[in-house]
Amino acid sequence: MLNEIIRNIIRFLLLVLVQVLIIKNIELGRFINPFIYVLFIIVLPFETPKWVLLFCGFTMGITIDMFYDTPGMHAAACVFMAYIRPGILKLFSPRDGYEFGTQPTVQYLGVPWFLSYSGILVFLHHLVLFYLEIFRFSEFFSTFFRVIVSTIFTVMLIVVTQYLFNRKKEQE
Amino acid sequence: MRNLITFVWRNYFFFLFLLLEVFCIYLVVQNNYFQRASFINSSNNVSAKILKTSADVEEYFYLKSENEKLARENAELRSRSLVSFSMLVDDKFQVSDTVYRQKYTYTSCKVVNNSTSRRNNFLTLDKGSNHGVKNNMAVITSTGVVGQVKDVSENFCTVMSLLNSKTTISSKIKKDGSYGPLTWDGADYRFGTLHDIPTHVRLAKGDTVVTSAYSRTFPENIMVGFVESFERKAGDYFYTVQVRLSTEFKKVSHVYIVTNMHKEEQEELEKRTEVDGKE
Repeated sequence: MLNEIIRNIIRFLLLVLVQVLIIKNIELGRFINPFIYVLFIIVLPFETPKWVLLFCGFTMGITIDMFYDTPGMHAAACVFMAYIRPGILKLFSPRDGYEFGTQPTVQYLGVPWFLSYSGILVFLHHLVLFYLEIFRFSEFFSTFFRVIVSTIFTVMLIVVTQYLFNRKKEQE
Repeated sequence: MRNLITFVWRNYFFFLFLLLEVFCIYLVVQNNYFQRASFINSSNNVSAKILKTSADVEEYFYLKSENEKLARENAELRSRSLVSFSMLVDDKFQVSDTVYRQKYTYTSCKVVNNSTSRRNNFLTLDKGSNHGVKNNMAVITSTGVVGQVKDVSENFCTVMSLLNSKTTISSKIKKDGSYGPLTWDGADYRFGTLHDIPTHVRLAKGDTVVTSAYSRTFPENIMVGFVESFERKAGDYFYTVQVRLSTEFKKVSHVYIVTNMHKEEQEELEKRTEVDGKE
C-alpha cells in the first residue's frame, strides 16, 4: 500500500517534469497539443477512494496550471476527468469485476480495453480543457478538430509510455 | 437538517466534484475578466525557477545568433545616437535633455518561458516589481512588438503575447496613417490580422504596419509587420488585412519593457473628462 503511494508520487513528479520540460517545448503543428500528464489519473489503482481521486486530479491540474499560466483550466479538466473515471470503469468492467490489486493498465487488461478506456477519458479531458481555453463558441469547429487530433496524440503517447513501464515490471 | 446532511454525505462524491469544479471555474473566470495578479502562474517562484533553469540551458543553443543580433543593434544605435551619454541606472536607460522631454524608458529583460503553439500564449520575463515593472506595460524587441505585461511578482513578470485571443494592439499603416485594431486569429504565429482599414486607402503588399499613437501602452511607430494580403469581405466597408509580423515569436529571447512616464497623467485626465461629460 505504502509502496503504491510512493510509486504514484514519483509518477506524478516524473509526468509533470516530462510535460512541462519536454512535451511543452515540442511543437507538432498548431492543432496538436498532447497532454501526457493525464496518465497519472488514468492509472491510479482501482481501489483509490473517490475523494482521493478528485484531489489527485485537482493537485495535478493546478500543478500543470502553474507552468502553463492558465489558472484553473487544467485543474477543471482534471477534476472533471477524475469525476467521470469511476463511471467509465464501471461501463467497461469485465464480467466478474476487476481483480483486486491490479491497475487499469495495458499489462493487466490488454490494449483494446485500455485504448477505449483511456480514449474516452482523454477525449473528455481535452474537450473541457480546450473549450475552457477558448471560452466562447465562435471557433467551435476548429477547436473540436484540435480536441480530436490532440486526443489521438495523447493516447498514442500514453500507450507508448505504458509499454516502457511494462518492460520494467517484467524485470522486477 | 439531519436529512440534508445525510443526503450530502451520501452524495459526497458529487458535491466534492461540484465544489472543486466551481473553484476551478472561478479561477478561470477571475483570470479572464480582471487582470489581477493571480497566484497560480509561472511568475510564482517554484515554477519560475524551474522554467528559468530550463531557459538558461536552452539559451546556450542560441548564443551565436543572439550575439550577432545584439552586435548589429549596438552598431545601429551607436551610429544613430545624438546623445551618447546616457545615464545607466539598473539596466534602465534614461536620458536627460533640456530640449526634449523623455516620455518612455526601456528596461532590458530576458525571456525565461515562451509559447507560440497555443491559442492564448504567454511569456515569462526575469524582471518584476523590484525593477519597477507594473501591469499593462508594453514589451517590445528590436524587431517589433511582443505584448503587454499581465502579472508581476517580485522578480518575474508574465507577458500576454500578441499571440493571444485577448490582445488587441492599435496599429496603423505607416504610409498614410489610417489605423485599426490588430488581433491574432489563432491560426499561424507568423501572421496577425488588422481590421477596419478604410477601402479608399491604396494598400500594397509589403506596406509597413506600425503601432499608432492612440495606444496608451505602446510608443508610436514601433514596428508591427508588413502587409501580406488584404481583402474586403462581402458587405463590409473595410479591408481586413493580413499582416506578416516582424517579431519572430519562436526566437525572442531578449526583450525591452517600455515604461510610459506620462501614462498615469493621461489616464487621470481622460477619466476626469469622462466623469465631467457624464454630469
